[in-house]
Amino acid sequence: MTTLVALVVAMLYGIGVYMILQRSLIRIVLGLSLLSHGANLLLLTSGGSAGVAAFIGRFTGDDKVVDPVPQAFVLTAIVISFAMTAFCLALAYRSWRLTGNDDVAQDEEDVRLAEMIATRNGKP
Amino acid sequence: MIFAVVAVAILGIGNRWGSRVFLVASVGPLAALVWAVSAASRVGNGDLPTESWTWVSSLGLIIDFRADWFSILMALLISVVGIGVFLYAVSYFENSRDVARIASALVMFAGAMFGLVISDNLLLLFVFWELTSLLSYVLIGSNEEKPGARVAALHALLVTGSGGLAMLAGFILIGESADTYSLSAIVHNPPSGMVVNVAVLLVALGAFTKSAQVPFHGWLPRAMEAPTPVSAYLHSATMVKAGVFLVARFAEPFSDTTPFGPVVVVVGCASMILGGWRALRQHDLKLLLAFGTISQLGLMMVLFGSGKEKLAIAGCVLLIAHAAYKSSLFLVVGIIDHQTHTRDIRRLGMLGRKWPVVAGVAVAAAASMAGVPPFLGFLSKELAFYGFLDWSEPSGLIVLCVVAVASAFTVAYSARFVWGAFFSVRSGRAVLDPPVSTPSPNAWFALSPLVLASLGLVLGVLPLLLESLVSGSVKSLGFEVPTIHLALWGGFNAALALSALVLVAGAWMFVGRRAIERIQARFEGVPSSVGVYDATVRGVLALSGRVTAITQSGSLRVYVAVLVLTMVALPSIPLAMNGWPGSWPSLVDSPIQAVIGIIMITAAAAAAVFHRRFASVIALSVVGYGMAALFVVQGAPDLALTQVLVETLGTVAFVLVIRHLPEKFVVAKSRGNAAAIAVSVAVAVFVFWFALSARTVSETAGPEAVVATQVESTESERGPAVEERTVSEEYLERSKPEAHGSNVVNVILVDFRGLDTLGEITVLFVAAIGIVGLIRFGARRSKDRTEVDQEVVDS
Repeated sequence: MTTLVALVVAMLYGIGVYMILQRSLIRIVLGLSLLSHGANLLLLTSGGSAGVAAFIGRFTGDDKVVDPVPQAFVLTAIVISFAMTAFCLALAYRSWRLTGNDDVAQDEEDVRLAEMIATRNGKP
Repeated sequence: MIFAVVAVAILGIGNRWGSRVFLVASVGPLAALVWAVSAASRVGNGDLPTESWTWVSSLGLIIDFRADWFSILMALLISVVGIGVFLYAVSYFENSRDVARIASALVMFAGAMFGLVISDNLLLLFVFWELTSLLSYVLIGSNEEKPGARVAALHALLVTGSGGLAMLAGFILIGESADTYSLSAIVHNPPSGMVVNVAVLLVALGAFTKSAQVPFHGWLPRAMEAPTPVSAYLHSATMVKAGVFLVARFAEPFSDTTPFGPVVVVVGCASMILGGWRALRQHDLKLLLAFGTISQLGLMMVLFGSGKEKLAIAGCVLLIAHAAYKSSLFLVVGIIDHQTHTRDIRRLGMLGRKWPVVAGVAVAAAASMAGVPPFLGFLSKELAFYGFLDWSEPSGLIVLCVVAVASAFTVAYSARFVWGAFFSVRSGRAVLDPPVSTPSPNAWFALSPLVLASLGLVLGVLPLLLESLVSGSVKSLGFEVPTIHLALWGGFNAALALSALVLVAGAWMFVGRRAIERIQARFEGVPSSVGVYDATVRGVLALSGRVTAITQSGSLRVYVAVLVLTMVALPSIPLAMNGWPGSWPSLVDSPIQAVIGIIMITAAAAAAVFHRRFASVIALSVVGYGMAALFVVQGAPDLALTQVLVETLGTVAFVLVIRHLPEKFVVAKSRGNAAAIAVSVAVAVFVFWFALSARTVSETAGPEAVVATQVESTESERGPAVEERTVSEEYLERSKPEAHGSNVVNVILVDFRGLDTLGEITVLFVAAIGIVGLIRFGARRSKDRTEVDQEVVDS
């Protein structure tokens, strides 16, 4: 982990959160992608700084070998986050087919309740 | 046991037999009656029937049944009144639907009540107690089309249920300080101390709610929405007496050492007066009886709660008398209601001439209630006055006065009941109402009230029949008394004078009822228990509505922001406690890393800023390829390869979807944007800090320093100390010899952690199925599917 990588991770997280706080479903999916990139990078680099790939026979005793376990984790994570992204995309597509936009709607039940309370407070 | 069987059988028979299922139902209380009589003979011979099974021994939960005289007295009440009510219900529910449900609930209730009075374990008693509350809820609300019935049922359940919880707390405190949950052991050897004082008050609270004592009485009049047989059985004869039963059990052992006795007496007095007073102004016959019940229950509370043996005798007699006259009066009201479809005494009257038998029953029962000789009610009142006159302390005199006034009220409302229903000539305004049709009830209908009311007469004339039962009950409550002689005629003494005085006063109040009604009209504004309950319920609902409105804005963005902030805030606490990691790591590993990092940050920012969907997606894929490049620099070629493949596929998928969508995002200049930026800055700062802290952990204690040396040693000799090796070292070491693969990451995925990879493929497969489902009605079904399937193959 270097300062620069930490900065990249932080930026990926920050921008990812900003994106999932948007209303457009596509932007939310983009934000999720950025977040998973950030998480993967954090996981990988927390295993140590750069080194020689863990191929048996490719390094000698003096080389700094990278830790293979985080790599295995991250590989799994990459594939799964791809599956999730694809699924969210399908959701966004479906939402667009059904409603004609890709906005996240407000929860109607909650909105109605809030209005009910507001009117009751207005007219006691 | 029998009760459960009968209840299930009734549900099975269902509505096919109509109201005749109540004949089947009466098998339950009949069995209880047989049991009670046989138990009585055994108890008479001096051995207490007990039965015991261990249920949850660690909680002290033992199914422990024990019958003494007092239990038998209660069991007799439950079974005799139960049989009467069930036989009566055959006629009452003649043309009703859902009879089977009511019948089975009533049988279950009888069973629960029966279990309550014979259980010897406090926790078991609580279970039966709550069971009766629940069944009362079902029975009150049995007419689900009447909104009033549902409200009333809920009211009863909330009040008695919360009282029951208080009682459970009290039971646990008592059980823990006495080190046993056996009722008989506790009564025999009562614990004491501050904890016990609190505990008995909690128990008293439970008893007050159950027996509808002030200030919890509001549910009982409301519960009159129930069908009349239910009211007669639950809300006059049995369930509401559970509180009295409990007070009676606790009175003797706890009345000296704890504030139990005084509290019970005060509450009982208040209930007596209030119940009697309110009963005087009711127009609904059932409500009149309900307030009368509150008053009578208050009297029982006082009699048992005082902890004096003479008053306890009076209490036992009153228990029997009250069950007999109140249930028969309720059944009479049921007849009136069933035949005339009204219970309002302003519309009724003159029924006496048409239904002489019913009127006779009502007069007899009301006379017993009022305490007119020679009925059993007179005997109980006489005994009560006798006991109070014996109370030497000055407080006894006050209680006596209260009881006398309340008894006068009782006389007055008894008269009002009989007069209003059977003899009054309809007057004034009431004439405007349509005349009430009065078809005569059949003989079967009137049988049960007749038998129950005549019980009051027979036992009143021949109290000898009760002697052994009552004296045994009082003894089993812990009092030491010689054998009691009950006699209707006690000679001319102060108690008789008081009884006469009470009768006269009551009659005077009845004659002057117009004046009393005028006085009562002035108290209209006083908040009633029902009002307080309703206001509480409304307040709770409004509060929860407001809380919901605040916490659930309905906006997904707000929820996500709250989640993210929580995720940031909580781990920040240990991070802050650890302090700053101390040193900065080296800026970059290599110059190329710096270039890639800057490109990625720029691209990520661009993805967020762009308003064109397409541009955003392209920027995202730049980030993704940047990731792949970073993986290469880091020394992870497998990751880089996968990342490139996935990113390519992902970009294609994005493009395929956004092809259908509008070109630009809807630019919403919402006020939430600033908040979103603030949240994301907070997240970024937190993650930066977290990453740096994680770095110090991994570089001081992390594996790779050891890995380097470990690998070195692996090639020359077997590893040194096993316990020092990490997982990574193991993998590095075993990869070649055991899995015959030199790419350690690959070996981990497909060999060492092969099952994980299987799980991962399953996730992909599930996602693929989901996507196919979502897209199915779209045009591009086959395409999407191929993509995902291909990815499965890749991984």
